[in-house]
Amino acid sequence: MYSEIQQNGTHKHTVVAWLEDKPGVLNRVVGLFRRRGFNIESLTVGHSETPGISRLTFVVDGDDRMVDQAVKQLYKLVNVTKVENITDRPAIIREMALIRVRVDTATRAEVMQIVDIYRARIVDVSMDAVVVQAVGATDQVESLLDLLANYPVLEMVRTGAVAMTRGHVGRNGKSSRKRKAAL
Amino acid sequence: MKMTGAQIVWEALLQEGVNVVFGMPGGANLPIYDALARYPQIHHVLVRHEQGGAHMADGYARVSGDVGVCMATSGPAATNLVTGLATAMMDSVPLVAITGQVPTNLLGNDAFQETDVTGVTQPVTKHNYLVTDVRELPQVMKEAFYIAREGRPGPVLIDICKDVQNDSTDFIYPEEVILPGYKPWYGVEEEDVKRAAQLIDRAQKPLILAGHGVQMGQALEELRRLIEKAEIPVTTTLLGLGDIPETHPLALGMCGMHGEAHTNLAIQACDVLIAVGMRFDDRVTGKLSEFAPKAKIIHLEMDPAEVGKNVRPDVALIGDCKQSLQALADSVQPARHLSWLAEIRSWRDDGQERDILGLEVDELIPPFVMRQLWHSTGGQTIVVTDVGQHQMWEAQYFVHERPRQLLTSGGLGTMGFALPAAIGAQFAAPHDRVWAVAGDGGFQMTLQELAVVVQEKLPIKIAIINNGFLGMVRQWQQLFYEKRYTGTPMLSPDFVKLAEAYGIAGRRVTHKADVADAFAAANAHEGPFLIDFRVKEELNVYPMVAPGAGVGELIRRPKIVQGPSGVNPAW
Repeated sequence: MYSEIQQNGTHKHTVVAWLEDKPGVLNRVVGLFRRRGFNIESLTVGHSETPGISRLTFVVDGDDRMVDQAVKQLYKLVNVTKVENITDRPAIIREMALIRVRVDTATRAEVMQIVDIYRARIVDVSMDAVVVQAVGATDQVESLLDLLANYPVLEMVRTGAVAMTRGHVGRNGKSSRKRKAAL
Repeated sequence: MKMTGAQIVWEALLQEGVNVVFGMPGGANLPIYDALARYPQIHHVLVRHEQGGAHMADGYARVSGDVGVCMATSGPAATNLVTGLATAMMDSVPLVAITGQVPTNLLGNDAFQETDVTGVTQPVTKHNYLVTDVRELPQVMKEAFYIAREGRPGPVLIDICKDVQNDSTDFIYPEEVILPGYKPWYGVEEEDVKRAAQLIDRAQKPLILAGHGVQMGQALEELRRLIEKAEIPVTTTLLGLGDIPETHPLALGMCGMHGEAHTNLAIQACDVLIAVGMRFDDRVTGKLSEFAPKAKIIHLEMDPAEVGKNVRPDVALIGDCKQSLQALADSVQPARHLSWLAEIRSWRDDGQERDILGLEVDELIPPFVMRQLWHSTGGQTIVVTDVGQHQMWEAQYFVHERPRQLLTSGGLGTMGFALPAAIGAQFAAPHDRVWAVAGDGGFQMTLQELAVVVQEKLPIKIAIINNGFLGMVRQWQQLFYEKRYTGTPMLSPDFVKLAEAYGIAGRRVTHKADVADAFAAANAHEGPFLIDFRVKEELNVYPMVAPGAGVGELIRRPKIVQGPSGVNPAW
């Protein structure tokens, strides 16, 4: 029976891609997301352990078909050396947030207590505000943000998620058969 | 040996076996053109518009099976290539486009004739390069040809700054490419083949839907072996015409929006659909949720991204379809499907009772012209069509018997493709007859390339299917916009006089009785020849699957009922 690919059932997927560090490569990736209509929630890029290779983590909200397409289309970019959808694999997924919270003498202690509970840190203090640095899984950061919103939050910046799978699955040494299976 | 960037370009082209380049010089690629004087082995064809150059390279590539090369200068010349690149991209045609760019010190400065060409062409190329250092150039040239050819082919653009063309470096053409991010998969998975063969063995109503990939992958013999062993009928996409001779008893013809009814009915009735080297374009599938509702789907495809993009297969054989078809042909059991073939034949017979060629009318209608084109050449011609009604009539009424015989812009639907692509085709097959077939609308988009036909002394024959309208658009207006013909009636020049102005022989045909004679004259003529067919104005291409409808919901041709006047009122 022919099955039309389900349009519903969207959820968040975390995908890691390795790119050659050459001019315009990030533009190719972003351009691809735009023209294929992929709905990107966050995207971070930086150095990897290999010189000349950047590592990109993106979170995409969509159904399996859309994420499958995003992975396969990314693979087609000549400067993308590898793509992994790690959504269903044990992984460490972290992001960082800097949050400037308004405080006064009455609320400063409360804020510090919350920050403590979340194992976040206060990295700057002024008379009427503190800057909280939070590192954690996305839901932890969001939960902290919810609490701090009561004080209120004056300014906030988040990096978006970076991710690494657990265990010792190296990114090298995978056969092309496995690469194909990953598609 | 020390060489300038400009020389490196030509040296690399020689190494890649290129002997013809379609291009036009300008400010930012003058050094390349200056160096051309040293390379008499390469023939340069001066185009009249860069879009024409890209289509010529495209036509060359489609016929030769090798990479076509076009050149342009920076800015407006490079942007003129875009339509041609997009056409090649959609139809997976291997192309290398080389453009000049402003010197590196002016990049990003809005210099005269500067355009961000790699930015502009990113979505319409398989890959592109901006070369700002001459030492990178040999590697880039090598990679560009590799990427254009290997895996699923496509266009690659190389943008070379003018100072890079003048700079010198030691030229060593790399033996191989190192592209960690580009490894096309050619293998076959035994397990997948076994599962696919089991599905085929169990099928009562198997059907093959063959696409462009069969020709690109040179898998005709393998396809034929499979279908003859397991007796599987074959329908094709537009670009798949020629995968199997249409005279073969198992060949059904083109399916999809304007496919004959029996092909689409077969898709809707089949229990196993084997899609080979095709990508389930919406013009093939119609409404996806209603496509092949009873079928298990087996997809043989080179590009993993096409697997599951539109239709999710039950078994996917990713890789080279030549190998996959070979493996399938070895694995399946010999079978006969007599009742299935009889069922298809009954649909086909019904279609023949509706064939417009069965009408005894004196009016000049394009289906008749297309069939006469086939008769007059004995089928021994390359046909390059433009886009629109005539393109569909050609697909329906010319009998395609060999691969790379029909060239047409299938994916992008680029009007203006026919004439320049025919020029490229003639260069790839200098001893073959080439017919360009275009509507009056599309022909006027690139007719400036007639000068190239004359300058290059090409014996190209041109048939203009002149109905005074943008015919296919008019058809949609008639069917879906209550006959409001806005923007579709069109005035054209006297095409015969136009041909004469270029020194091309021509003839106008207004009567059915004169068609055969005109074709005979054109075929016998040594040089180029243009025929302006003044055909019936308002005629529709049927059958038709309305956009968004399922392929089973066809608008059929009416059954032929000869009225007292000899004219079927429905036509």
